[in-house]
Amino acid sequence: MGKTSLEVVYRGIFQKTLARNICRAIVLAARKEGKVGIGFGRYGDSPERNGIPAKYFAVVADTQEELEENLAMYEADNVDVTVAVDDTLCKGVESWGWYGLQPINQLTKNTGTVLVTSVQGRSDLVRDIHTKDVPYNIGVVQGSTSFSGLWVYKDDHTDVRVLGAICKVCPEMVSLESMEEAILEQWNNPVKVDSARKSHDRIETRVVEPGEGNPEEPFSFDLPGWTTMEEALVVRNVEQGAGFRGGDGGYEPVRNPYFKKWSTRTMRPVVNFETCIKCTLCWLHCPDSCFDVTPDGLYDSNMESCCGCGVCEDVCPVPDCITMVNEAEFEGNLSQWEDWNTNKDGYNKWMTEIVEKQKTQEPRSHGFHHVGQYREEVGSVTDSRNVVEGL
Amino acid sequence: MSTTIEKPEQELLISGSEAIAIACSMADVDVITAYPIRPYDTVMQYVSRLVADGEMDCEFIVAESEHSQFEIVKHASAVGARVFCGSSGVGWFYAFEALAVTAGLRLPVVAMVGNRALDDPGAFGTEHNDALAVRDLGWMLNWVATAQEALDTALMAWRIAEDPRVFLPCAISADGSFLTHSQVLTNVPDKSLVDKFLPRYDRGDKVLHPDNPITVAPQVNEDWLMEIRRQTDDGMRRAKGVVEEVHEEFRDIFGRGTPSPFFEEYMTDDAEVVFVGMGTLALPVRVAVRQMREQGIKVGFVRIKWFRPFATEEIKACLSRFKAIGVVDRDYSFGSPDFGGVLYNDIRAALYDSEKKPLVISFIAGLGGREVRGQNVVEMKDVMYEALATGKIDRDKQWIGVRR
Ligand code: SF4
Ligand code: SF4
Repeated sequence: MGKTSLEVVYRGIFQKTLARNICRAIVLAARKEGKVGIGFGRYGDSPERNGIPAKYFAVVADTQEELEENLAMYEADNVDVTVAVDDTLCKGVESWGWYGLQPINQLTKNTGTVLVTSVQGRSDLVRDIHTKDVPYNIGVVQGSTSFSGLWVYKDDHTDVRVLGAICKVCPEMVSLESMEEAILEQWNNPVKVDSARKSHDRIETRVVEPGEGNPEEPFSFDLPGWTTMEEALVVRNVEQGAGFRGGDGGYEPVRNPYFKKWSTRTMRPVVNFETCIKCTLCWLHCPDSCFDVTPDGLYDSNMESCCGCGVCEDVCPVPDCITMVNEAEFEGNLSQWEDWNTNKDGYNKWMTEIVEKQKTQEPRSHGFHHVGQYREEVGSVTDSRNVVEGL
Repeated sequence: MSTTIEKPEQELLISGSEAIAIACSMADVDVITAYPIRPYDTVMQYVSRLVADGEMDCEFIVAESEHSQFEIVKHASAVGARVFCGSSGVGWFYAFEALAVTAGLRLPVVAMVGNRALDDPGAFGTEHNDALAVRDLGWMLNWVATAQEALDTALMAWRIAEDPRVFLPCAISADGSFLTHSQVLTNVPDKSLVDKFLPRYDRGDKVLHPDNPITVAPQVNEDWLMEIRRQTDDGMRRAKGVVEEVHEEFRDIFGRGTPSPFFEEYMTDDAEVVFVGMGTLALPVRVAVRQMREQGIKVGFVRIKWFRPFATEEIKACLSRFKAIGVVDRDYSFGSPDFGGVLYNDIRAALYDSEKKPLVISFIAGLGGREVRGQNVVEMKDVMYEALATGKIDRDKQWIGVRR
């Protein structure tokens, strides 16, 4: 008797099909063992917008009664496995205003597992993940962020590779045998079964001890009550901005205090303040008014509101003056201009290195730049092992 | 904008629709939208005449549909304009989306519903299901019985709806034909009295204006909606007290009006059996009650004026004095408890925890504008006395004036 559950944290709306496929396969595979289950998404308008974190759940139980304890909820109370299908979500989940930042492992049970699809190592990810006061495990399914299953995105087997790993870290939920049966039935493709088994055999986890990880207190808000919030659906404007950091020079807008966007982006702009010609285009075109105008007339992208769309990089007329860089490279959200202003040589060196490194890598999907469209599917049965090996 | 022509106090021969048009003029309404449908369109005709004759200065917009008609006044109300709008039957239903959000946005739109049966089958006669459809959405609803009451209630409606403690829309229901198209002698007050009674609409710091930058109606999720509904609920709860306050002041200034703002009693002092209804039903019922009284039958009539907010305590105190109550609905709620009318079920619910519970019987009469005649009222009286004597209600006799 018992119940096991899983959440897939994904970036709406691109990864929704992927998340749903994973959760559906779990329920269908568990059925092979006589269990009952449900898959459900935490839907809403806001969380389904470009890149905003959203969740899908699967709950599997031995009896209908045990399952019922988990019905008609938006989120399970806790989960045995948390899957993050985009590793930048390890920095936390913030779906909409007033929601605060939910650590990726918030629902993960004591000794449960966080599975991340990533090309980073486990310890790199643990550095981003908020500390927990009980131990849990972390495992990495090797691979870059996938939009698999979405419209023009070909199947790269991320779904079954995650499923195989789940069977390893939580066999109580569903066994590999049942999963293989379900995969074959669902997709009618033995290559996918191979991919799942391979991932199952290969996945390794390690324990993350209590207190290990990012010690930052995640920001949170108290929602107002009906007697304390303004009537008639009125939302007051924020005050107009003032000088840079409250000083006389420059300009800094007042920002929404209830929505930080620190976990919304997959890439962030890095600015070369030496080559900037102060043309204002980035400031003008940024959809989220991220750029603070510095006292010396430069433009400093404020990470509190950057959604990582890449528009600034596109509009900047100076080559390499703004470069979008993998969010995984960053730990904090500090001002680049302040950094540059206090230590120009140090900043320029860091900036040159990180930009060069980015040039050697494939960019991540961000804003309207969607990586992976029209790519070939993982190949036929005969060459499957090699291809899957390569993932 | 203001009315330029001062009307001296005078007695005019006008219909209920015309009375409401005159009220619009006296209240200096800023924006009026219209789309024709019978019987409401008579208001539209009178308003356009007043505007064309230069007697009234307002933005008079004939929209391309009822939906737009109600959307326009909704937005105008948000920027601080006093507004008026109206419709009938399925026209009112075509505006339904706009109607629902108007209450949610706490906008004091005042509307007139010229009650009309919901077609198909095509029908013009009065039936109350059109206005009643918004009874759960945060609209204040009242029914008037005469042109005089239509005029007076309209003036009060702006005052109540625009009270910042309320900020809810209000629909005045007027029975099609019997009220909208019947001209009776009506006392039109002096404009100076109206000005004294009805201040300008002031939306305060909730006004949508470049000088007051706000966002109205954001997207919300399950973590906000209950609080918002509870706030609208509080507005409606407060509305009841405001109705009383405004009614009292109206009586002081104009010297007219029933003792209770919520209902009107007729020959109820020593009554045993009492009819309850809304709107112009009052006219035939009162005649029949008078005739039965002459024969020594102790009957009376209570006309409900405000249906939302529903004056639970007052109605309970009033109706629990009697032995039997016949609620005469000019509407129907298919499949509802006891297969009763809408008013009936609310009244019966209100009496549930009262110490003295009268017998409550539902009558369905006058649907589609069918006349309710004296003999129908006598018929209902007989059903009620029979039920009192036998302790049983003959459910076969609840539809009044229907051919078998
Ligand atoms: S990436 Fe987009 S949101 Fe961020 S600073 Fe550039 S334009 Fe603004
Ligand atoms: S667009 Fe480029 S050059 Fe222009 S102000 Fe921004 S960073 Fe400088």
